[in-house]
Amino acid sequence: MHSDKHNRAPFPLTLAATGGLLFLHLPLLLIFAYAFTTEDKSFQWPPPGFTTRWLAVTWARPDVWQALTLSLQVAAIATAFALILGTLCAAALSRARFFGQEAITLLVILPIALPGIVTGIALRSAFGMMNIPFSFWTIVLGHATFCIVVVYNNAVARFRRMSPSLVEASYDLGANGFQTFRHVILPNIGTALLAGGMLAFALSFDEVIVTTFTAGQQQTLPIWMLEELIRPHERPVTNVVAMAVVLVTLIPILGAYYLTRDGAETAGSGK
Amino acid sequence: MTASVSPTNSAPDSLASRLSAALWRSPRLLLLLLLAPPLLWLGVVYVGSLAALLAQSFFSFDDFTAQVTYELTLSTYAELLSPANFDIIKRTVTMAALVTIASAILAFPIAYYAARYAKGRWKAFFYLGVMLPLWSSYLVKIYAWKMILSKEGIISWAADGLHLGWLLDAWLSLPVVGGNSLSVSATGTFLVFVYIWLPYMILPIQASLERVPSNLIEASYDLGGGPGKTFRHVLLPLAMPGVAAGSIFTFSLTLGDYIIPGIIGTSRLFIGQAVYTQQGTAGNIPLAAAFSVVPVVIMAFYLWGAKKQGAFDAL
Repeated sequence: MHSDKHNRAPFPLTLAATGGLLFLHLPLLLIFAYAFTTEDKSFQWPPPGFTTRWLAVTWARPDVWQALTLSLQVAAIATAFALILGTLCAAALSRARFFGQEAITLLVILPIALPGIVTGIALRSAFGMMNIPFSFWTIVLGHATFCIVVVYNNAVARFRRMSPSLVEASYDLGANGFQTFRHVILPNIGTALLAGGMLAFALSFDEVIVTTFTAGQQQTLPIWMLEELIRPHERPVTNVVAMAVVLVTLIPILGAYYLTRDGAETAGSGK
Repeated sequence: MTASVSPTNSAPDSLASRLSAALWRSPRLLLLLLLAPPLLWLGVVYVGSLAALLAQSFFSFDDFTAQVTYELTLSTYAELLSPANFDIIKRTVTMAALVTIASAILAFPIAYYAARYAKGRWKAFFYLGVMLPLWSSYLVKIYAWKMILSKEGIISWAADGLHLGWLLDAWLSLPVVGGNSLSVSATGTFLVFVYIWLPYMILPIQASLERVPSNLIEASYDLGGGPGKTFRHVLLPLAMPGVAAGSIFTFSLTLGDYIIPGIIGTSRLFIGQAVYTQQGTAGNIPLAAAFSVVPVVIMAFYLWGAKKQGAFDAL
């Protein structure tokens, strides 16, 4: 047996890894401290005092609620589109081998591989050329385009693990295609779709670059936040909104993690 | 065996049964039906928009009438090479390269620790420790750094507390990297870029390191290679596909970003900001289009190089 020496992390490595994780997390923790500061003109550190006053002030702000509602609506509808289109793509590309398959895979990845500004300006000039006025639906169109890839990634991995004999067995037992989809395929890919949907929702909820090009007068929450970053009106309110956004985005991330943690629950994957 | 499909046992006449039987017999048709909606969306709407954008870059913009001249020309691309515009491209590419190198250096220890030493609960802890900042709101992260880097913020406070305020001031008085405070300096832009894209570098490096069997490292030690030699000759070459894959993200994301340098940084423009101002206030769509082709072309070359490094196997 070899010695234990190389199985414990050397101290400098532990230090560097811990330092790196702290670098990633301390700025987010700082958001929580600033949400309760009494200082309302600057980002003074350490905060001169703490108060919960701004929670109530933010709660009573109609513009924050409007932006939040719009963001939730856009994310929900964009996610629904992405779920349908992403699942269709995954179902088609997971098994079959055909000409142009690589090109289609690239097409799905493209909206997220290209810089957001390229997607944004391309959609904007296309809407302009077709005389489509900016509206709720132009925002949704933009978001769905880059959300497809998230759903696709989750679904295609699950489709590849699912044994094809399950579907064949279902047909042999007399089920038609729709019954097979409803009772055999859907339960198997369900958690992958839920995870992909949550990530797509989080992606859409947070998107700002494409949205600046495809939104007209409406403000999604990130657009509201961007306005406040460029021209601050009431800093404490922004601080509280920032904290709320961090807390809200935690939920889908943790949810998606627990759903895809062990992919072993796919039926028929055991050999 | 597969041919024994007979939907007749369930509901002989239902449309659904006949339809699904027809689809089972002709998988090509099924494939076409599955692919039609996403292809209509991505292939027609999205790629159509991209093509329209590309086409715009071959038109020119008349500065006097403020109108687009619809004649094919390369003059807009020639404009990119003017000193002011070429400076923007150079600045952005330099920043993207520096950000990529810094993220790789910071990411490696985290990825290596997570891949080799973290077990069970700690593994999950590390994974979430990278995923949570990755998925946290982009603008909130920028906002947090605006707080950190501001004149009265936590960095100045810490520097004063450690009696290093003079060092910070000295750094800020340097010509290119400095500024009035960190939040309006190129150093600030760099820090925020590194912070925001770092998780994109950690994940692929970790994925490539997971595949390095630990007995390779033990063999290197047994053959007398110290930690330094083992890292240079064993770990780094094996991790290279991961680093290349991560660098695709850090490089591409930095090239196209226009929000970070607009909020934290100097008034000197980056490519993304140039695109934004040209299409917005200036209305010069052809130049904006030509500018947005730059990161796409750079990334095409970058991806071609990364593919040679085996980056796509590490994604």
